[in-house]
Order: sequence, then structure tokens, then C-alpha cells
Amino acid sequence: MCKDCGCSLTRPAHNSNGHHHDHHSHSELHSNPQLNDKKTLSVIHKILDKNDIEAGHNRDHFNSHGVTAFNLMSSPGSGKTTLLEHLHEYTNLKYSVIEGDLETSRDADRLKAKGIDAYQIQTGSACHLDAFMVHSALHHIKLDSLDICFVENVGNLVCPASYDVGTHLNIVLVSIPEGDDKVEKYPVMFRRADLILITKCDLLPHFDFSISEAKAQISKLNPNVDVIELSIKDPRSMTQLAKWLNTHQRGA
Amino acid sequence: MHEYSIVSALIEQCEQLALENGANKVTRVAIKIGVMSGVEPSLLQTAFETFKLGEICQDAELEMQIQPLVLQCYGCNRSNQLEERHFICPQCKSSDTKLVEGEEMLLMQLELDTG
Repeated sequence: MCKDCGCSLTRPAHNSNGHHHDHHSHSELHSNPQLNDKKTLSVIHKILDKNDIEAGHNRDHFNSHGVTAFNLMSSPGSGKTTLLEHLHEYTNLKYSVIEGDLETSRDADRLKAKGIDAYQIQTGSACHLDAFMVHSALHHIKLDSLDICFVENVGNLVCPASYDVGTHLNIVLVSIPEGDDKVEKYPVMFRRADLILITKCDLLPHFDFSISEAKAQISKLNPNVDVIELSIKDPRSMTQLAKWLNTHQRGA
Repeated sequence: MHEYSIVSALIEQCEQLALENGANKVTRVAIKIGVMSGVEPSLLQTAFETFKLGEICQDAELEMQIQPLVLQCYGCNRSNQLEERHFICPQCKSSDTKLVEGEEMLLMQLELDTG
């Protein structure tokens, strides 16, 4: 049993016993003969180990229900929620959304109004979601009948990149009004993407965003990533996204 | 400012290790931070100086090793340290590569006072 939440999955060993064993297999203790009371302990230990273990637990949850999970990341206002509001018109895949914002449940309310199951996490002042927050949200989402679960992260191109929340793939958005220099300015985020969506492409005539410049930067940073030029007003691009999601389902 | 959450996790780990090894004080914490880990070293330092107060790490010095990018190429089977964030093999220009170092955030070593 998962001790913290009572869910039926076995959690990987991350209690004190499990860790104890791990430390001893990787650590070396050296005593300095001149200073008997000083010890140097050599370990190689991931600083975000606890988060990563919880993330693995979340992935097990998704896997056991045959659900593919996508982490949606971008700056605020690049169109994550709007995209999710409209996606259902272009796909038969059934999806729910875990929403992360500092305050309000506006985004979840918007999705529910469209008939999409959504659960809102309010982070207070935290700038990113972590695996523990997503885990508690998972208990409010009915995974049984789902194909996809989107985790819409806090709008931020920096902090969410450092945290594995237990999703399978990362989708990063950059919108036309933000400018084509964002890829180069926020390399860690765009490096971690499995799909980059250039959103609000219907605004291209009004802004100096160069698609070819953005793509040149993307190919340096993340040569094998997929890129889709998207506008919710262009059904062809939405269909292209729906196809991508379809082919990137786990086990598909 | 996710550096605060990262430092909290780090200090928690140090406390656990100190406890397991019968130490009453941690005097040095050595970590390795990749240049593409998404963490700003100076913010990490500030956060550490704040969060360590009143804890077993109170007098600990934080030692940071900044790890450059190392790219393994599957095209020519060579690995290279990258000078810029251009993830294409500098030798054979293949994009069939894997970043093997430069994204990590690791605790490497602790100096413990057991006296």
C-alpha cells in the first residue's frame, strides 16, 4: 500500500530502510587520523531524490491506468489553457487536466465549463509544481476512463524545468507576442521539451517574430524535438497536434 | 526562486546523513551543479546561508563544483565537453547525441564532526 495516501500501488522503497541501504552502497567514510572527530563522507546523491521517487510513483499511477501524461510548460499567457479548451474539438482522446497556479481556480473553472474534468492546485507563492503536489491532485482525477492527463504547470519558463512531476513527456509553448528570442534566453526549458508549440501563429502579421530564427535556435539546443506552429483558429494545426498526441501515447 | 526548495531538500538530506553517521555537526557540504540544471549557483549559495541557520548545518561551508556540458555522440562514439549550448557533435556534426553531464544536481561529499 501507498502509506501516505492509501492508494493501491506499491511505492518504491523510499522509507528510511530503503535509503539506508542506498547510502551505504554508495558512500565511503574516511577518517582523518590527525583529527579524530572529523569524518569525510563521500556520497553521490541526487539533491531532488525525494521528488524524483515521488515522480516515479506518479508515473506508475498513470501507467497502471494506461494514461499518458504530458507536462505543459510556458510563460504565463502563452495559451496553455486556451489550447486545452479547444483541443477536444479535434480529438477523440479523452483527457483531464491538473492545473497549477499561484492563486484562483479560474483555469480549472474554464475547462470544466467546456466539459473537461480538471483539478486546480493552488501553489500559494511556489513558482513550480513538484511531484508531491501532482500526487495529491491525482487522487481527485478519475484516471480509469482517460487516455491523457495534462499537467498544466505554473506559468514560468525557469523553475518548472528543474522538477520531474511524474509525466511522460514535456510540451513547451512559446507564443508569437513573446518574441523569437525566448528559446535562446531560456535554454534549460526548451532543451527539456519533447514537443515545442509556437502558439498564436494567427498573430504573425502583427509581430516581428521570425519562425525561422526560432527554429534555428531550437535546432541548436534540442536538435530532435518536434515543433508545431499552432493557432486555435487554424483547424489544420490543431489536427496536427491531435495526431502528435495520438502517436505519442504510451503503448501506441 | 526554486533554489529555496532545492536547498531545503539538500539540508534535509545532510541532516539524515549526519544522523545516520552519528555526527552532531556538518562542517562542509560539497555539491555538483550542472550548467544546464536550471539552478543559479549564487541564489543557491544565498538560500543555503539562510536555511542552514539553527540546523545541524549551521556552521557548514557550501562548496560548489560547476559541471560543464559533456555530450556523448552515437555517430562517432566520442564524448566532448561543449563550450556553448549547441547540442550537435563538434567532431562529426551528428545530432544523434546524448547529454551525459551538465544537467545534474548532486550531493557529493559531507564533512562531519563526530566529536
